[in-house]
Amino acid sequence: MNPYLLMVLKAAVVLAALLATLLYIQWVERKVIAHIQRRLGPYRVGPHGLLQPVADTLKLLLKEDLLPGHVNRFLYLLAPFLAVTLALISIAVIPFGPQIELAGVRTWMQLTDLNVGVLFVLAISSLTVYAIVLAGWSSNSKYPLLGGLRSAAQMIGYELPLGMAVAAPLLMSGSLSLREIVLGQQPFAGGIVPGWNIFRLPFPQVISFVVFLIAAFAETNRIPFDLPEAENELVAGFHTEYSSLKFASFFMAEYANMITVCAMATALFLGGWLPPCPAEYGSDYAPSVVLAVAGALLLYHGLPSAFRRDRLTLPAAGLAALAAAAVFLIPAVQNLLVPLFWFLAKTGFLLFVFIWVRGTLPRLRYDQLMRFTWTFLFPVGVLNLMATGLVVALGA
Amino acid sequence: MDAVPLSWYLVLSALLFGLGVAGFLFRRNIITVFMSIELMLNAVNLTFIAFASRLSQVDGQVFAFFVMVVAAAEAAVGLAIILVVFRNRATLQIDELDSLKN
Amino acid sequence: MASVIFLMFAALAVFCGLNVVLRRHPISSALWLIGVMVSLAVLYGLLGAHFLAAAQVIVYAGAIMVLFVMVIMLVNAGAEQRSDASRMAQLLGLPLLAGLLAVLGLVLWRATPATALVAARKGTAHDVGTALFTTYLLPFEITSLLVLIAILGAVVLAYKEKH
Repeated sequence: MNPYLLMVLKAAVVLAALLATLLYIQWVERKVIAHIQRRLGPYRVGPHGLLQPVADTLKLLLKEDLLPGHVNRFLYLLAPFLAVTLALISIAVIPFGPQIELAGVRTWMQLTDLNVGVLFVLAISSLTVYAIVLAGWSSNSKYPLLGGLRSAAQMIGYELPLGMAVAAPLLMSGSLSLREIVLGQQPFAGGIVPGWNIFRLPFPQVISFVVFLIAAFAETNRIPFDLPEAENELVAGFHTEYSSLKFASFFMAEYANMITVCAMATALFLGGWLPPCPAEYGSDYAPSVVLAVAGALLLYHGLPSAFRRDRLTLPAAGLAALAAAAVFLIPAVQNLLVPLFWFLAKTGFLLFVFIWVRGTLPRLRYDQLMRFTWTFLFPVGVLNLMATGLVVALGA
Repeated sequence: MDAVPLSWYLVLSALLFGLGVAGFLFRRNIITVFMSIELMLNAVNLTFIAFASRLSQVDGQVFAFFVMVVAAAEAAVGLAIILVVFRNRATLQIDELDSLKN
Repeated sequence: MASVIFLMFAALAVFCGLNVVLRRHPISSALWLIGVMVSLAVLYGLLGAHFLAAAQVIVYAGAIMVLFVMVIMLVNAGAEQRSDASRMAQLLGLPLLAGLLAVLGLVLWRATPATALVAARKGTAHDVGTALFTTYLLPFEITSLLVLIAILGAVVLAYKEKH
């Protein structure tokens, strides 16, 4: 097949999947936070609120699109565009799975593999500062400006620990290409323990993983580091003067950044699309087992439920899950989709951690936030990098 | 064609360098003057890397790397100086920073 | 294919460079300078210097220019006023600049033979890193010391005494 056509098809598939995920990760977040707070969350709009994101999108699109008179027009319109574009670009180098063969076409489940893939993601994330700074500056108003400058300082302050945390597993992998990094985590230590970077001898990268996650929270402006867009502190921070689709763009960019950062953490630390135990021990059947258990739980909770809505929708979802479990038993589907399942499971788990932290932790004050990075997180990152380097150099 | 003539890179670099010189000489805002210096440094980097590819050596790229690092250090110190000047004189126009004249 | 990409991004770089020099407000100049740096990063990638291309975006466009933008916002001086310099300088300036550029371009064009082609050569992090840590180890260490001195200098200069 023409390589350019293949590239366009892959890009279209990834983009469609990413946009659908962006829409529904908002639903997942609202449901999870609601259940953490012992309430139901979106429930009425469609079965269990599944149409809520659609309703929200329609609402935002149909709102009046204001262009305030006092803004710097070019920068005001550029900022959300820049935010969304940069957020969607870094997905291009993330590996979703191994080389597959589909209808005679052999290709990697990755849009492109740069030999400086990790640096590419770091470069794009360092450009996202501009979107926020320009949004704050162009609004010509004091709350957005304060929010924008604070966010810029926060993102720059946390970029350094992020870089240090990323550099440590690079020392053990010996390559900047994300595909090589994931492939380097393939060997199972002792035949059972996965060789993921977080468990890998000579120096398990647990500290790097924690530092990376904390820095990622700050880079994506999520709680506990979301002071720049806090509603009760700065009106709405840097996106105060934005309405309708431009406002939605900033949120889309934030969720897309979250997905990118979780995917990076999966590839760098948790072994990407690799299973936690070798295929001989039955790891290929894990998707079927998980889906079957989920289906059984949905049926168990749905059938005797008090609400008529739950009695209809939950068993239907349970049956769908059981059908999917049956589909995953087919070997052809297994070869194709099981690595993708592992990647999505790990990334999904990290996204759940992001949402869980949002529902649990309070917000850090700005000076606490800056002090934390410069006096604690950055030195820890540097020491971890030095320790990893020392162990790798002594071992090699 | 998979290769580009070297002279194209050098002419582009000369153009950017000339624009940097123009900005440095003609503009009066001190920060814009500083940015013209950065433009000149970028043009020089392009020359280094073009020659590194031409001669199939990696030394040109190492030089360009050092230029980048030194430019970063210079930008930090220069902007700190500009901040102090602004605090004391409340102006960024270089024409008005003439207290040593006459 | 390489020529097309080169011409596109070279034209973009020159256009952004012109805007850096011609814009009134320093923020606009800064943003157009970021455009120059990103187009130059693409050209470095075309030359095979992948590590330098990524470093250009991370260091130059992502750190140095953020510093510039934040200082401009902090100072908030506004657009530059029209200068009242001599008429003679205004009349002669542009033609002389054009002349300088023409001479530079012509000399460089004549000096390199038309057959001197540049293709993408190796420039991965491995290659640059090997050279940095073997042949150029002393300059590397001295540069890191220089950066430390610059950081200290910047902090000392911009520090405001709290009375």
